Formats: sequence, C-alpha cells, structure tokens
Amino acid sequence: MAPKKVTRNPELIPGVRKISRSQMYHKRGLWAIKAKNGGKFPHHDKSAAAAPVAEKPPKFYPADDVKKPLSNKRKPKPTKIRASITPGTVLIILSGRFKGKRVVFLKQLTSGLLLVTGPYKVNGVPIRRVNQSYVIGTSTKVDVSGVNVEKFDDKYFAKEVEKKKKKGESEFFEAEKKDKTALPAEKKDDQKAVDAPLLKAIESVPELKFYLGARFSLRAGVKPHELVF
Amino acid sequence: MPFKRYVEIGRVALVNYGKDYGQLVVIVDVIDQNRALVDSPDMVRSQINFKRLTLTDIKIDIKRVPKKKTLVAAMEAADVKGKWEKSSWGRKLIVQKRRASLTDFDRFKLMLAKIKRAGVVRQELAKLKKEASA
Repeated sequence: MAPKKVTRNPELIPGVRKISRSQMYHKRGLWAIKAKNGGKFPHHDKSAAAAPVAEKPPKFYPADDVKKPLSNKRKPKPTKIRASITPGTVLIILSGRFKGKRVVFLKQLTSGLLLVTGPYKVNGVPIRRVNQSYVIGTSTKVDVSGVNVEKFDDKYFAKEVEKKKKKGESEFFEAEKKDKTALPAEKKDDQKAVDAPLLKAIESVPELKFYLGARFSLRAGVKPHELVF
Repeated sequence: MPFKRYVEIGRVALVNYGKDYGQLVVIVDVIDQNRALVDSPDMVRSQINFKRLTLTDIKIDIKRVPKKKTLVAAMEAADVKGKWEKSSWGRKLIVQKRRASLTDFDRFKLMLAKIKRAGVVRQELAKLKKEASA
C-alpha cells in the first residue's frame, strides 16, 4: 500500500476547506507549470479519429422487422474452487469407480472441473476430470512445479463422435458385439509425460507413495466431520 | 477415603464448560456456595460456578485476591504449567489434542509405524517362545 497522503488543505467543516481555491493554486505551484508551457497546462493531443465513410441511406425502409438480438455482455465467472484445493493438493475422491482413491490435483479447467491424476502407476487413476463436490481436499501437497499441463482442456476429454452406420439384416444380430476401443497411444504418452516429474516429486517424500496407493476409508467410531484432513 | 482436593484459595482448577473451556485457572476467592472468583495469566479475573470447575491436585501459595503480577509470579514459582503437563490428566489432554490435529497423511504414517512396531514385537516374542521351549 502506498503511504497515506496528508492533505495540506483539511476540511474545517464539511464542505469548507482551510485554504481557498486561488490560494491553493499558488501553493501547488501550478503557475510555474503554466509559465513553463507558455501559459497553458501540458496536455496530450487527441489523435484524430478516422473520418466516417459516407454511407448512402437505403432507398426504402425494410419491409419486415428484423429483431435485433439483445446484447448480452455477461461473461461467466470461473468457478470458485475451495481454498483447500491448490495445484499439487492431494485429494480424496468420494464417488464413482475411483472412490476412496487419493489423487493429485493438477489444475482447474474452464468448465470448473478439477484435473487430477493418480498418478496412474501409483494407484491406477488416469488423468481425469472430477467435480470438486465429490472430493475432499487434504493438507498434503505434492510439488507439481515440473508438470506441464498446458495441453489439457475440456476438449481433450470430449468423446469422439462415432459415425452411425446403416445396419443391414445380417449385421443387426451381431450388433451387440462391440469391439473395445483401445486408448490411443498419444493419450498414454500424455499420461506418462505428466506422471514422470510427478513420480519423482512423490518419491522424494518418504511414505508418500504408499499413501497415494492406499484407499481412504472410515473405520467404526471415526467421525468424518471431526477429522482434520 | 477422605477428600484430597478442596475448594480453597490457590487451588488450580480446569474449566470444563463455557467460553474458557479447557483453561487452567486458579481460585482466588470464594464468593458463595456456588461461585468462585478465578484468575489465570491470560484471562480477565471473573466469577465462575463451581459446576464449571474441575479441581486438580495442584495448589499454589497465594493470598486472597492477589494482583495479577503476584499471581503470575506464584504460578511460576509453583511451576503449575510444568506440573500439569507432567500429570497423567494433563498429558492425556495434550495427547487428545495432538491426535485430533493429525492430518490424513499423518494418520497414514501413524498406521505404518504401528504395523512396523507390531512386527518387531512379534519377532521378539517368537524368539522368546523358542527359547522357552528349547
């Protein structure tokens, strides 16, 4: 914060200053500035606006009303994530196939979802998105300074649109047989690229790797609202 | 078995209810049957119901309603804090507080340490058993 300026011209009563306008003018030395600039205050010249192009008015009024869409200047604010969740935080996933898994938070995506990774090698959780309401943030942090997550956005996780094929009679009965699509090699490479520096950071902290590999669960008599995470 | 802890001037007590919960205070005066005047280094001297006090074994030597400075000096001289933290009651409270403040990772490390300890104990026990049978 800048130091507070003490006014030389305090208000005696609301609306009435101690020093008059003209006295203040001399006191501030404005006359000196004026004298230096030839009797005028220095100012920036206005850049000349481009002359508007003369447009011919239309010959006829339009016959139909064309509705102008209402201007909508609203820009959605990015979702607020909990203060406990910062890049590198270890999160506990609460629902879905990976419930109880402890994962590392990488960044927030524009949709507001959290980008997390297991790392895959440690606990089998790939790079994926989760909603912050299905997550507990812990106070444990992993150093993620070496991880590059620039290429991940919401589009990265979009499903590939499959073209519908016309089914013939013979194919109709075999339709149930869907061949499993394997994960593309580039996604596997992405996973490896993200996890490599992360694994190094995890291994530098003793027992952190076991911690991430273990599932979280409640025991009898443990009150989750009283726990510190 | 006679009583060992009396309500008296200089008796150290633990507050077990209200906004001063968990604080160690000294009884500096007895107001009536139900209330005492209590004081401690980091609180304003105030009255409190005896129901909200639990008496401890510690007693310090003070006159009735001493000045804050004399009270602090007397508490220092009697080493109230040290005695309390060494007593099993005080230690228990400290341990409880420490356990409650453990984070998820700390609890996990604790679990690993317990497993390790159990393993060592089991090994030693097996050794002794073998010796006894041989």
